Amino acid sequence: MIARRTAIVGLGATPYWRRGQSAPRSMIELVGQAVLAACDDAGLPVAEIDGLSYYSGGFDSSLLMETLGIPELRFSAMLTGSGGGSAGAVGLAAAAVVSGLARTVVVVGGNQQGETRFGSITKSYDATPENAFFEAAGLIGPGHMFALLAQRQMHDYGYTREMFAEVALSARDNAMDHPLALMKKPLTLDDYIAASPLADPLCLYDFCLESDGAIAVVVTSAERARDLARKPVIVQGCTHGGERSWGRSLYWMNMPERAFLSSGHQSVARDLYAQAGVAPSDIDVAQIYDHFTPMVIAQLEDYGFCKPGEGGEFVASGAIRRNGSLPVNTDGGQLSCAYVWGMTHIREAVEQMRGTAFHQIAGAELALVTGGPSNVPMSGLILAGA
Amino acid sequence: MSEIAVAPPEALFTLTADRWTLPFWDAATGGWLTACRCGRCGAFRMPPTPFCPECRSQDVEWPRLPGTGRLFSYTVVRRAVVPEMEGSLPYVPALIDLDEAPGARLISALVGCAIDRIRIGAPVRVTFEQRVDRVKVPRFRLDE
Ligand SMILES: [Zn+2]
Repeated sequence: MIARRTAIVGLGATPYWRRGQSAPRSMIELVGQAVLAACDDAGLPVAEIDGLSYYSGGFDSSLLMETLGIPELRFSAMLTGSGGGSAGAVGLAAAAVVSGLARTVVVVGGNQQGETRFGSITKSYDATPENAFFEAAGLIGPGHMFALLAQRQMHDYGYTREMFAEVALSARDNAMDHPLALMKKPLTLDDYIAASPLADPLCLYDFCLESDGAIAVVVTSAERARDLARKPVIVQGCTHGGERSWGRSLYWMNMPERAFLSSGHQSVARDLYAQAGVAPSDIDVAQIYDHFTPMVIAQLEDYGFCKPGEGGEFVASGAIRRNGSLPVNTDGGQLSCAYVWGMTHIREAVEQMRGTAFHQIAGAELALVTGGPSNVPMSGLILAGA
Repeated sequence: MSEIAVAPPEALFTLTADRWTLPFWDAATGGWLTACRCGRCGAFRMPPTPFCPECRSQDVEWPRLPGTGRLFSYTVVRRAVVPEMEGSLPYVPALIDLDEAPGARLISALVGCAIDRIRIGAPVRVTFEQRVDRVKVPRFRLDE
């Protein structure tokens, strides 16, 4: 088991830009900048990196080596799927360190949007016999697909647009004065309700941002971490996976009803808590993958902060606000801070555990990070203060 | 005046099929609805794939279904995220639980119905959309 045997010892990031604004920088440039900054933060020479861990397409390890002058690589791995693997890439790194395959593993994620907007990303997917079914239905983007899930949540659980709104409003409130956040305009419930629906029941404010940036963290053994420059952030636990009933989820839509109403994270959450030796009530702050507001609610249920069907009431009660019982997405999340395919959530959790977050939650000792509800594998991560 | 659900944008879909999915599309071209049923254990699966996930058999059957079902979920697409969608709004992607094919939920679309009358659980009936590329695609209408 990897529980508590590794630590995040370095954190680095590029600035966040609105979609397309990072040009003329290239993707490898953004990734390299984040990796260099993470090594610098850790006080480790880049030449000590001997492992790379990714998700969601990853990056070209050989090009990264040549670009940054990494002399020797002993581990390179990537979780398949999509944004669901973001939190789990830290677990890959931890597994490499615990097994002795590598000593200093960098997890890096990045996002640079040129012509292809995420709102129409499925249009860029390969035409396959399986994909033909959703393509024929005019499901062009993730928003259309998640709208199908949200509609059923509203029908079966009685969730309302006001409940979805609370996720967006909480995020915006956290982003308002946050120095990194891209969205700082006040957002009211009236603004939310008045926004025209893009794909019923989802409106503009239910969608995450589209932005450019890269973020990296350095993972090494907990033992070695004690001798390094920064206060280590312990990897309390990290798991990835999922159940067949969820499978290709959005591209398949054949989930049994109970799974359809979930975020698909139930087995990941169960294993994560078991490995980390903690319960939902122990979590002090949570960075929940927020590509769409209803999926934040479904994840809060799957991670046991409330029962299935009670997530709407849970958020409506103010629980996820900074002064609530479970502060969520304290940097404004992907809805209002920036969208870097889940890496902003890892960054914010690291900063919370270091005690250096802009919206620091007083006394926070355990932070949960989730990867996006998407195809299996999905993932979860629990970080602890040293 | 109520909005009427139109067909999803034709330009954004080119049929790709293999030997596991082609019988579904061939049936549609013939004007009838089917779903993939395991020839050994009878479990339905959609989209069709090379093995039955229940028993791993590769035997398949393509029963003629009644073409009716229930609306499991839907969304109303109201804004063009790509230019090809303009002129095809609003359209209504929908998930249909098919009668006589338990476990097979078809990703499709509702057409020709007043959007304010759409309800989850509503009975629906298949219709076939003839496209300019000669492919026929199953769609559904409210059946009430
Ligand atoms: Zn079978």
